[in-house]
Amino acid sequence: MRWLKPVAVPLIAVGLALGIGAIILALSGANPIEAYSALIDGSLSSQKTIGRTLEKATPLIMGGLAVAFAFRAGLFNIGGQGQLVIGGIFAAAVGFGFEGLPWIIHAPLALAVGALAGAAWGSIAGVLKATRGAHEVITTIMLNFVALNLTDWLASNPWKDEGILSRTPAVEESAVIPQWGALPTGFLVAVAASIGCWYLLERTTLGFEIRSVGLNGDAARYAGISVKRIVVATMAISGFLAGAGGAIETQGVIGRYEPGFNAGLGFNGITIALLARNNPIGVIPAALLIGAMEAGGSMMQFNADVSPEITDIIEALMLLFVATPIVVRWFFSRQDVAEVSITSGWGSS
Amino acid sequence: MSDLFIRTRWWVLTILVFVLITMFTAEFQQAQTTAVLASALRQSTPLIFGALCGVMCERSGVVNIGIEGQMLLSAFVGFMVASSTGSLVAGVLAGMATGALMGAGLAGLSVTLLGDQIIAGTVLNIAAFGISSYFFQQGRTLPSGKTPQVSLGPLADLPVVGRVFFINRPLTYISLILIWVVWFILFRTRWGLWTRSVGEVPSAAETVGISVARVRYTNLIAGGCLAGLGGAYLSLEAVGSFERMMTNGRGFVALAVMIFGRWNPIGIWGAALLFGYASAVQTQLQFRGWLADDPQFIGMIPYVVCIVVLAGFVGRARPPAAIGQPYSRE
Repeated sequence: MRWLKPVAVPLIAVGLALGIGAIILALSGANPIEAYSALIDGSLSSQKTIGRTLEKATPLIMGGLAVAFAFRAGLFNIGGQGQLVIGGIFAAAVGFGFEGLPWIIHAPLALAVGALAGAAWGSIAGVLKATRGAHEVITTIMLNFVALNLTDWLASNPWKDEGILSRTPAVEESAVIPQWGALPTGFLVAVAASIGCWYLLERTTLGFEIRSVGLNGDAARYAGISVKRIVVATMAISGFLAGAGGAIETQGVIGRYEPGFNAGLGFNGITIALLARNNPIGVIPAALLIGAMEAGGSMMQFNADVSPEITDIIEALMLLFVATPIVVRWFFSRQDVAEVSITSGWGSS
Repeated sequence: MSDLFIRTRWWVLTILVFVLITMFTAEFQQAQTTAVLASALRQSTPLIFGALCGVMCERSGVVNIGIEGQMLLSAFVGFMVASSTGSLVAGVLAGMATGALMGAGLAGLSVTLLGDQIIAGTVLNIAAFGISSYFFQQGRTLPSGKTPQVSLGPLADLPVVGRVFFINRPLTYISLILIWVVWFILFRTRWGLWTRSVGEVPSAAETVGISVARVRYTNLIAGGCLAGLGGAYLSLEAVGSFERMMTNGRGFVALAVMIFGRWNPIGIWGAALLFGYASAVQTQLQFRGWLADDPQFIGMIPYVVCIVVLAGFVGRARPPAAIGQPYSRE
C-alpha cells in the first residue's frame, strides 16, 4: 500500500468528482453512464481519438508545469493564459515571417521565440512582485486581459492575414511541428519539458533555491538567497513553459494564431498542478486526464446530448477535493497528507 | 496639519485634478460631462459591491479571490429566478443568497477545513464558471424589464450632480448607502472591533473570548451577500440579461480597488469611482471614434490602470496582519 500514498489523494479526488458529476448529470435529466461512456468513446477508443487526447493534453502539460513550477517557489501564477497567447502569436510571427529556412532551424527557432516571449510576459509579474510587492495573483490576471487585447491587436493589424478574419497567416511548412502517425511531436516536447523541470527543481542549485524560497522565504533570505532574484526567475521560467505551450499549439495544432486560442487554459493549469501535487512528472498523467475530458466533451454532446461544460464542473470538483486535505484525512491518518499552502498575503515580497 | 497633508496629499491632488477637469469640461459641454460622470458611477457600482465583500472578508483575515465567481454565479441565479418568477426582488434576493452560500462555502474550506484560501477562492471561480455555463439557456428574458429608474425629487434637479447621483436605479442607491453601513460596522461597532482584531492577531482575539471561526464565518457570509448584490446589479440592473463570463474580471478589479482604498470602505468608494471613471472614459473614447482602428488599446485601459495602481500603492498600504493564514487553536 505504500506506493499508493502519493497518488491516493488525486485518485480519491478524481473519483469523488466523477461521482458527484454523475449525480449532477442525473439531476439535470441526462444518463450519466451514457455520458461517461461517450466521454471515453471520444477520447480513448481509437488511434485517432487518442491522438486527439494527446494533442489536447500537450498545452495542458505546459500550462500545468507553469503553475506547478511557480507553486514550488510559493508563487501562484494565474497568468498562464496570457503567457500562452503571447507565446502562440510570437511563434506564429516567426513561423510565417521567415521563408526558406530549413526545418531543423525554423521550427525550433519559432518555438524558442514563443517561449521567450512567454518568459518576458511572465517576468513582468515577477518584477512587479519583487520590486513593488504587487501580488502576482492580481497582476497575472490583469496581464491576461492585457495580453488578450494585445494579441488581438497584433492579429488584426501588423500581423494580419489577408481576408476579413483577425488572424495571422499560416506558418511556413518548415515551422510546423509534425505528427508521428497518431503521436503529435509536440506531446514529446511537453514530456521532455516535464523531465527538464524535474531535473531543474531537484538536481540544480537554482532549483534548490526556488524550493527554499517556497518553503520559507525568511529562512531562504537568512541563508543568503536573493528572494527577489528567485521570484523574477521563477515567474520567467513559468512564463517560458506556458509560452512554449502556446508555440506548440500554434506550430503543431492550429498552424496559425487566431482568436479563441485555447481559452480557459489558465484555470485548467491550476487543477492539473494540484492533481499532480506540484510534481513535474505527475503533471503528465493529470494533463492526460483533463485532455481526455476535453477531447471527449464534444462526443458527449453529440452522443448523449450533454453540454460539454459539465467537464468544467467536474474539474472544479477535482480541484476542490484535491485542495482540501481534510477530505483525504477520512482515508488516511493526518501526518501522511502533506498540506498545500501557498498563500503569502498581499504585501509580502 | 502638515502631517495630515503629507499622508493624504495624493488623495487631495487626485480629487483636485478630478474636480478641475470636470468643471473645465462642464463649462462648455455639460451633457457629455454628465454622461461620463453618470457612466463612471454606473461602472463603479459592481466594483463597490465586490470591494465591500473583499473588505469584510479581509478585515477578518481571509483572502477572498473568489469574488469574481460569487458575482458571476449570483448574476446567473438572480437572472434565472427573476426571469422565471417575474419578480426582480426575488431575483436580487436569490443573488444575495447565492453569494452568501458561496461565502459560507469559502468559510467552510478555509476556516473549518483549514485549506488554502487562494485555492478555495479559485475553486469558487471555476465552479461558478462551470455551473453558469452548464445551466445557461439562450433566449431567456426578464418579463419585468430591468430595475426601474428612481429620481429623488428636487435633488434630481440640481445641475450635473443631480443627474449623476439622484437619478439612478435602486441597487446603485443601495451601494452608496452600504459604503457607509460597512464603514460604520467595521469602525464604530463592537463587531467591527472583533473583526479587525481577528484579522490582525487571531490568537489574541481568541484569548479574550472572541470566536475566530464565528467572526470569519459571519463576515464571509455577509460579504457574500454584498458580492451577490454586485452580481444581481450586473444582470438585473446594468444589462438586463445574463451572458457567459459577464463579470469579465470585475471581481478581480474589485480586489485591486479594495487594496487601493486601503481596506477602508470610504477609500474604496474613491478608488471605485477612479476605476469607474477610467472605464467611462474608455467607453467615451470608443463612442467618439478615437483610436477607432485600434480599440484593443482602449480596452486595455482599466486593466493597465489596475496594474499601475497595485504596483504603486500596495507597498504603502498595509493589509490586515493575519491575512491568508488559516487559524487553528493549538
